[in-house]
Amino acid sequence: MMSTKILIPFYENDIAPRFDLATEALIISGIGKDGPVDKRMVVLPRASADQLCHLIITEGVKVVICSGIEDDYYQYLVWKRIEVIDSVIGSSETALKRFAEGTLKPGDIL
Amino acid sequence: MKKVSSHPIQTKIDDSAQADDGWRDAAPVQINNLFNIPIDFFELLDDISIGVAVLNPRREIVAINETLAALTGFRQREVSGIACSHILRSNVCLQNCPALSLNEKSGPKCVEGNLINIDRQLIPIRITSSPLIGMDGKMVGFVETVEDISLIRKVDETTRHAYKFNNIIGRSPEMEKIFQILPSLAQSDSSVLITGETGTGKDMVAETIHHSSNRAKGPFIKINCGALPETLLESELFGHRKGSFTGAIENKPGRFQQAHNGTLYLTEIGDLPLPLQVKLLTFLDDKEIFPLGSVKGSVADVRIIAATHRNLEQRVNDNRFRKDLLFRLNVIRLQLPPLRERQGDIQLLLDHFLNTFSSQLGKKKLSLSRKALKILLNYPYPGNVRELRNIVEYSLNICGERQIKSKHLPSYLLEANHLVTVSNDPERPSGVALKSEDHRYPGADTQQDWPDIEKRMIMEALVKFGGRKIKAASSLGWGRSTLWRKMKKYGIH
Repeated sequence: MMSTKILIPFYENDIAPRFDLATEALIISGIGKDGPVDKRMVVLPRASADQLCHLIITEGVKVVICSGIEDDYYQYLVWKRIEVIDSVIGSSETALKRFAEGTLKPGDIL
Repeated sequence: MKKVSSHPIQTKIDDSAQADDGWRDAAPVQINNLFNIPIDFFELLDDISIGVAVLNPRREIVAINETLAALTGFRQREVSGIACSHILRSNVCLQNCPALSLNEKSGPKCVEGNLINIDRQLIPIRITSSPLIGMDGKMVGFVETVEDISLIRKVDETTRHAYKFNNIIGRSPEMEKIFQILPSLAQSDSSVLITGETGTGKDMVAETIHHSSNRAKGPFIKINCGALPETLLESELFGHRKGSFTGAIENKPGRFQQAHNGTLYLTEIGDLPLPLQVKLLTFLDDKEIFPLGSVKGSVADVRIIAATHRNLEQRVNDNRFRKDLLFRLNVIRLQLPPLRERQGDIQLLLDHFLNTFSSQLGKKKLSLSRKALKILLNYPYPGNVRELRNIVEYSLNICGERQIKSKHLPSYLLEANHLVTVSNDPERPSGVALKSEDHRYPGADTQQDWPDIEKRMIMEALVKFGGRKIKAASSLGWGRSTLWRKMKKYGIH
């Protein structure tokens, strides 16, 4: 089982096209053989990259899987020692599966 | 409103072939009956100089052209069948998708927004969306054009503060001569060589020439010839063909192709490597470019504007610049005067920048004390207008009072005298240069911009507060996150 805490900005069942415009975020606390062990959806009061960054830090997220993200926020998260796998297009399930297999990389179209 | 498949013109797409990764090469999509022989639909798309996307009714990508691929950073072959919003990554897609409100009877809809490309850059764009109507009168999809409007935004911002000629300000006799020559110079299509010391406004003049010319609707592409290694620069300038070197996985248009019907601005032309000078020479003679790895040339209708702060004649003597290239570029030469020779312009520019930065920083317009004004009027400005602008920006940032006093000016200005020396540097175009002899203060460096000054301020604040970021940020009047961002920007760890 992988215990890493992962956050995926969410939009209509897929990874949100833009980090700064996502109003929902999926937080996964661990991935087992049958998929995520604990996952919950967080609804943000409004789309904001700053608030999403705050959520990532306070939740102790270690990996962010997202699509389009501005360089400032990307660099901030990396500086905070959070792994950011960006420009990923596709469903969150497939992304998590690929992440658990260790084959997910930035720019993947799933 | 666009109509497709109208008899007798037909576009034929082989659906079965689209699943294959190499479908575009294997099964070209043809437009029949438009000419005597079928033409390639994608070649036609790629010839359009703004980004184009063809979407199906579910707003999934059917095809994008090379320009849109370059703008977004995605490869053309990998985007087919993906929802447009995931490729464009625009705020418009998520908040106000223009295609959603279109129907069979609608006309094109145009909206402005921004996108985040694969390099994580936020680019302002204008999207125009139109329905594609089949012969049965039903909507079969959409066509979207995507324009990068970052340059227009930038020009809009600067022209609002225009005084004399577009965004160039000055009323000295030296500048009046420039203003008189610029309109006729813009209307010609000859190559222009702009020379002048650093900070005299070469880039601004180049942009003004382009925007006042008949090519204004075309692109203005700028490339710094001194910023990239030779091989990269060649690929950037002239493009490359798929397979021409390791990593060249697809055709890439060069800046010459991107500047087609527009202007290519080659800044720091004096630093262009000699082998590329030959290629540039070939273009100036034949108006034809040869991308890396291609034996077939392509014609580009591009006006060349080149600029340098170096003395090109001296570089020719040193065998570092080709004489024949100098002669070809030197059709029209514009020598920009240094600020110290522009009588009366210092006061004008001070007022202009005080207004500009006051509104940018959200401050009330501040005045200059008599002593501060005297110092500023007597300073020789070796960094020219750029240095004056930076001084004003620095002072406005530092000043917490209603009037900018001498204590708010950069410390190097307060030194007893700014010794004038005759420069021995043969690269100086004017032969004579002024420079401050005291280099103990970083601000005295003529090349120094506001970022350098800001970096120094951050360092000083951090040192003063023993590395405590909250206190350092507070002393600078910033939030902690602003300080963090700026520290990252300047690589302060």
